[in-house]
Amino acid sequence: MSLWRQLTHGIRVLTRSRAADRDLADEIAHYLHEAEVDHLARGLSRDAAIRAARMEIGNATVVREHVRESAWEHVVATTAADVRLALRRLRRSPGFAAVTVLTLGVGLGASTAIFGVVKPVLLEPLPYPGAGRIVSVADRSSDGRGIDVTFGTFLELVDRGRTLDAAAVVRSWLPTIVGAAQPERLEGERVSAGYFKVLGVSPLVGRAFDTDEDRVNGPNVVVLGDGLWRRRFGADSAVVGRDIVLDDQPYRVVGVMPPGFEDVRAPRTEVWAPLQYDASLPSFDGREWGHHLSMIARVRRGATVDSARRDLETIAERPLPEYPRPVWASMPRGPFVIALQDEITRSVKPALLAMFGAVVLVLAIACVNVTNLLLARGVQRRDELAMRIALGAPRTRIVRQLLTETVLLAVLSGACGLAVAAAGIQTLVALSPSNVPRLASVRVDASILVFALAASAVVGLVVGIAAGLEVWRRPELHASGARHTGSHQRARRTLVVAEVALAFVLLVCTGLLLRSLQRLLSMPAGFDSSGVLTMQVQTTGRRYPDLAATDRFFAQALDRVRRVPGVVAAGFVSQLPLAGRDMYGVAAESAVPAVADEASGAYRYGVLPGYFEALRIPLLRGRLFDAHDTAAVPAVAVISESLARAKFAGADALGRRVRVGGADGPWRTIVGVVGDVRQESLTLADADAVYVPESQWSFPDRAMWLVVRTHGDPARVAPAVEAAVWAIDTDLPIVRVATMDRLVRESTAERRFALMVFEAFAGVALLLAAIGIYAVLAGGVTERTREIGVRAALGASRDEIVGVVIRQGLSMAAIGIVFGAAAALLATRGLATLLFGISRVDPVTYVVMSALLMFVAALACWMPAARAARVDPAIALRAE
Amino acid sequence: MKGPKPSTDLVQGTLDMLILKTLSLGPMHGFGIARRVEQVSRGVFKVNPGSLLTALQRLERAGWLDAEWRDTENSRRAKFYALTRAGRKQLDAETADWNRRAAAIARLLKADA
Repeated sequence: MSLWRQLTHGIRVLTRSRAADRDLADEIAHYLHEAEVDHLARGLSRDAAIRAARMEIGNATVVREHVRESAWEHVVATTAADVRLALRRLRRSPGFAAVTVLTLGVGLGASTAIFGVVKPVLLEPLPYPGAGRIVSVADRSSDGRGIDVTFGTFLELVDRGRTLDAAAVVRSWLPTIVGAAQPERLEGERVSAGYFKVLGVSPLVGRAFDTDEDRVNGPNVVVLGDGLWRRRFGADSAVVGRDIVLDDQPYRVVGVMPPGFEDVRAPRTEVWAPLQYDASLPSFDGREWGHHLSMIARVRRGATVDSARRDLETIAERPLPEYPRPVWASMPRGPFVIALQDEITRSVKPALLAMFGAVVLVLAIACVNVTNLLLARGVQRRDELAMRIALGAPRTRIVRQLLTETVLLAVLSGACGLAVAAAGIQTLVALSPSNVPRLASVRVDASILVFALAASAVVGLVVGIAAGLEVWRRPELHASGARHTGSHQRARRTLVVAEVALAFVLLVCTGLLLRSLQRLLSMPAGFDSSGVLTMQVQTTGRRYPDLAATDRFFAQALDRVRRVPGVVAAGFVSQLPLAGRDMYGVAAESAVPAVADEASGAYRYGVLPGYFEALRIPLLRGRLFDAHDTAAVPAVAVISESLARAKFAGADALGRRVRVGGADGPWRTIVGVVGDVRQESLTLADADAVYVPESQWSFPDRAMWLVVRTHGDPARVAPAVEAAVWAIDTDLPIVRVATMDRLVRESTAERRFALMVFEAFAGVALLLAAIGIYAVLAGGVTERTREIGVRAALGASRDEIVGVVIRQGLSMAAIGIVFGAAAALLATRGLATLLFGISRVDPVTYVVMSALLMFVAALACWMPAARAARVDPAIALRAE
Repeated sequence: MKGPKPSTDLVQGTLDMLILKTLSLGPMHGFGIARRVEQVSRGVFKVNPGSLLTALQRLERAGWLDAEWRDTENSRRAKFYALTRAGRKQLDAETADWNRRAAAIARLLKADA
């Protein structure tokens, strides 16, 4: 009731302010009249009665103000008046308004855009119920990095673990679907039965896999993703229970996942089938003991990620006889357990955080610049402020007015920033490396609007308070209306120094990233990527039932490809360098016959002759594979130089034998030693490689990479090469056609992306700093026209005057660079993981960026200096 | 001004109660309320018009008073205030509260003497 009255009465006063004013005036007038009547009745004369009544009431205006100010709507009314006044003032100086709104708008927009990307990727939980309890489990390589687990390890951990609710292992699967529509290669996964239970999401239609279906020679069943279901099956629920054809084989559809279900580890996955590995672990030689499975698990309610880690580590430390482990899966360094969210964002987190830091710097610079502009305006409006203070306006009221103005500016900038952000987010998503997880969920939503609004309000207050502080601290300065330029100039110069310092930090970061990338790309990768075309060819289905058929196909295709004009060399390989994933234990035969040393992990490449030549991987000793290395002859291997060094320490490796995989595998005689190749990424040098002829490998690699060296532009030869493969078998999918150069570049995508963002931000920062220097100097020259005139009159030469102005500008820049360098030494710590082959304190970067900044500062000084030189002493002196 | 102040500032918060009490006799305009408070208190309390009008605005918005514009006999507009039902309840509550405090203070002062 009372709240309602408060509201309605207040609103009435606001909406019908004239009537409300009249009412109040009438009430006071009536009060006065009654008082007069009362005094008359007590026997005073008319005049005396009027005087007495007036005395009693006091100043009617004060009474009116008093009553008005006590109501809440008064605050609204004065704020509205402030906003109107601020709008009027901004309209009167459109240039100032435009520069401010643009500057802040770019700063706010960039921050909002980066926030928009950071939020779903780093801040939001994964889109699963209880996502915080899902962990990723990996094994560790000899140098401590996480590597895929083996099926055997998975079984032991699940069996013995006491903290896990559910666990699953996954490997990628690329089936080809044929049907009424054209053949399409799908991205899929082979998963163990508990996979969907770990994620906590059930199919929308049908069911997930039974434990019974996940066994060797189990039934062919699949679960479809929503996208695939709509695209290929018209969202028809009846498809559940029917057979679809994948890789020439019928698969029974048992379920369809709900829309919006996202497989965050591999977002393009649309089809799942049971893993169907042998849980009896028949031999160490089988696929059950290969390091090629990703493992995820759901931690039991009540347990934490930490307790799960301790649990699994304890299991790893205490092998039991009933759980035999091969040497390469003995977990000597324990499993690697982290939250799934951390795992999938691990590679992009440093870049995103660095970008967020950079954008905060840009926003800070924009704020400093705007504060500077406001101070400059403060100087111009000093007369107005002096007048208002003289008329009795309290300081609070004036500061409030200034704050209103800046918050208004900030809100306008925020609106402008939202437009920038919307465009920026799209650009970022389009340009970001494909391995940034959860990009699909990046969008402009309410939380981003809130972020933009909150950021602009904070910016408005900060800037307003910074500018208002001047008035607050020294009202007399304004009240006197005197021409004190000194203190203003000092405040503004300090701001410009800060701006230069911030810009320098960004420039140094950008420089370091740029040099890192150069270093990285100039790293000897161990192969020659120029002029090389790659594509993945997959043999599928009934036509390739066994190793021999697959081998025959690849050999025929290779032969055909070699005859394509423009092709210099060609070979097939099971995995490409820089994307290494297939790792096996390698044991060397020691001097004592048939005793293997401890196996160590090495990348295993199944190759067909021509691979080394196509990538120009140098042969150091011995020979490469040729057509005679078939399944019929004793097994051979080529090893990398680092592996030769590790296993045979200086002695000649040729003729010695190694075993790849389990103890049951054949001993392979080393016939050649080749140069080391960057296998996982350009940054990691020390991983060993073992190459085996594809025909001597017991499991056929169905998908092989064709590597073709060409004359001239490899992209132009691509259609002819594809045609050559299809000439052997028209139904085979050929995917991921790319030049090797592009793959090398893509392997540096995160750095490249961060660098691009930093370059853009550093450019903006440099421009803003230049504007800041220019504005202060230009303002200074205007304010000191008289002083300059006097100097000129006293005989200062043009050069001297120009010198004074330029010195002033450059000294600001120099001081800024000194502070900036100190700040950069700290700030670049956040960049450490993105740098490569270069120190954070790389002197070249610091020197070059200082020079660049000084050069830009000199440009910014030039115009004000030239204007100072043109000051006519006579006019300047007369102006006062 | 010399000597003790002839009129005392109202004890904080008592103005509302006095207004409500005064209006319990019947509707009145602002000046009427002021004079009545002065007369009944025998001039101990002088009501400041600014405070009075502010208080009236507050009480009206709180729902304790209704206000109505009426033309007076000499054809002036005057705002008359009347106690609402809620206002009467509030007056009872404030009176009870006041009596309790006043009694307590009186006891304390006596004990001191």
